Amino acid sequence: MSTKTVEINVGDIGARGAEASANADSEKMALNVGPSHPTTHGVLRLMMDLDGDVITRCEPVLGYLHRGDEKIAENMTYNQFVPYTDRLDYLAPLANNVAYAIAVEKLTGIELPERCLSIRVLVCELARISSHLLGMGVFGMDAGAWTPFMYTFTEREKLYTLFEELTGARFTTSYTRIGGVARDVPDGWLDRVTHFCENLPKAIDEVEKLLTRNRIFLDRTEGIGEVSKEDALAYGFTGPNLRASGIDLDLRKDKPYSGYEKYEFDVPIGTRGDCYDRYLVRIEEVRQSLRIIKQVIDDFPPGLWYSEDAKKIFAPPKEKILTSMEELIQNFMIVTEGPQIPAGEVYFEAENPKGALGFYIVSKGGGVPYRLKIRAPSFCNLSILEKMVPGHMLSDITVILGSLDFVMGECDR
Amino acid sequence: MIDLDFTESLLKHFTHVTKRHHDDCLTLDCGESEVNKLFLHLRDEETFDLLVDLTAIDHGETAEFRFSVVSHLYSRIHRDYLRIHSICEDNESPKFPSVSSIFPAANWHEREAFDMFGIHFSDHPNLKRILMWDEYPYYPLRKDFPLAGIETPLPAADVAEVTNASVDPAPMMGGPFVASSDGTMSESEPRAKDESWTEESEKPS
Repeated sequence: MSTKTVEINVGDIGARGAEASANADSEKMALNVGPSHPTTHGVLRLMMDLDGDVITRCEPVLGYLHRGDEKIAENMTYNQFVPYTDRLDYLAPLANNVAYAIAVEKLTGIELPERCLSIRVLVCELARISSHLLGMGVFGMDAGAWTPFMYTFTEREKLYTLFEELTGARFTTSYTRIGGVARDVPDGWLDRVTHFCENLPKAIDEVEKLLTRNRIFLDRTEGIGEVSKEDALAYGFTGPNLRASGIDLDLRKDKPYSGYEKYEFDVPIGTRGDCYDRYLVRIEEVRQSLRIIKQVIDDFPPGLWYSEDAKKIFAPPKEKILTSMEELIQNFMIVTEGPQIPAGEVYFEAENPKGALGFYIVSKGGGVPYRLKIRAPSFCNLSILEKMVPGHMLSDITVILGSLDFVMGECDR
Repeated sequence: MIDLDFTESLLKHFTHVTKRHHDDCLTLDCGESEVNKLFLHLRDEETFDLLVDLTAIDHGETAEFRFSVVSHLYSRIHRDYLRIHSICEDNESPKFPSVSSIFPAANWHEREAFDMFGIHFSDHPNLKRILMWDEYPYYPLRKDFPLAGIETPLPAADVAEVTNASVDPAPMMGGPFVASSDGTMSESEPRAKDESWTEESEKPS
């Protein structure tokens, strides 16, 4: 058997490498990430220029989930818009409902009973836990750690069972009404919440054991995506992202609403403002939320879950509509003409899991808002990408996006 | 909270700034010419260093001044918001000075106001559409823009067939779901496109 040897000329590899790096300035690669890509957590698109592995330009492109919520709001009554607020930050619909309801209530000047306020604080904090559980789990996954995601999703599933029992829906809850909440808490529900809250710290500890001192995780997140205090303010950061940069702005403390001033809790802040700090702040916020929930349940006031002053806004109980003339007419007016809201303008921001969710409502009287602007925290938190990302490696993009914890439903509205 | 002294000393600094009636937070009217000066002063001297929101309002085609720009600033020291209303003097092609050099956060907010209302922010570093696509010809949050879309002389045939409206296609048109604007409720429900037949009407071949 004879063998034949063929010589292949591969050229001088070293010389080719030198030539390539000499031309590097002119040879930037354009790379599109998204709009449909696991990294972007939704439909964000990033247009980037790469120099080797280093990103030199990053331009976010939005609008792939734009549904015209603000236009829709101008064409329907205040009550009808409540379900649309679910679809903003769809990871914490309960908190969105509350923010919208309080904004409209501020226009009308209704006072709510204690029980209603407590229920709202309770559901807001549960929503925060649910949102942060997802945020942390997915962030771990972005950095290459699959297991924590399983722990946080198991807990989140338990929370959704609780939401389902309270509101009838797991995801799009539409629980809050203007002037109250849809229904009282079911019997024994508070005990089940307490039971959940007693068991959650164990799962959080597990996640912390897997991530917080994990060498790989630290290497991937420490010093990545640093945002200084000045930048965080200038670019309109809010929520955990702002606090991770070292600014202690928490609207629950600074401008308390819905009775937050009654509860004791700490506001965790970061020092460096990098991806790792943003993760730590979220972990600690979950623990603080548990503290608030415990205080709410320990001192759960009796009474009504809706305001009796809100007769022209809040639909009366079903059995009364079916049996009493006055309530029937009242319900008819609310459905056909909408709640009668006095003319004026109001801006209200609530401390949502993602940041400050604001509603700016201009009313000219009647049942439909003249202009409703949604100030979405995810929208504002993303505008810094253009400045922050250049200089990082391509592989850091997943970690940076994961740590900002945004939701495109809210960003694009 | 903001007290009266603060308001009065602020008003002394500026000739085109006036206070207006407000229910929730201090509201100022500011002339176009002094916007940049006012924002700079509020940020550097008065601790209003967080621009939380910037948006526009369309007051309708019949209004004397059709568009106004509304900004909300937050101060961590006062723990309060401040609202600034500014009128755009030109109704046909509204213009407004950009504040994005003072607050980078305004960059995207101004792009959105341009996208939705067609207000041109002068000296904006990158004024282009942000939520709608670049070629989109209208300003959808203006009051004269109908909810269903604008009637065009050359409507898209497939859209007209399904909706009976002579409008340009919405981005999702031809997507997985269609809805018709008239007929009984069961007919006008959104449905998957390839199932758009009922007991009465045959399945299109």
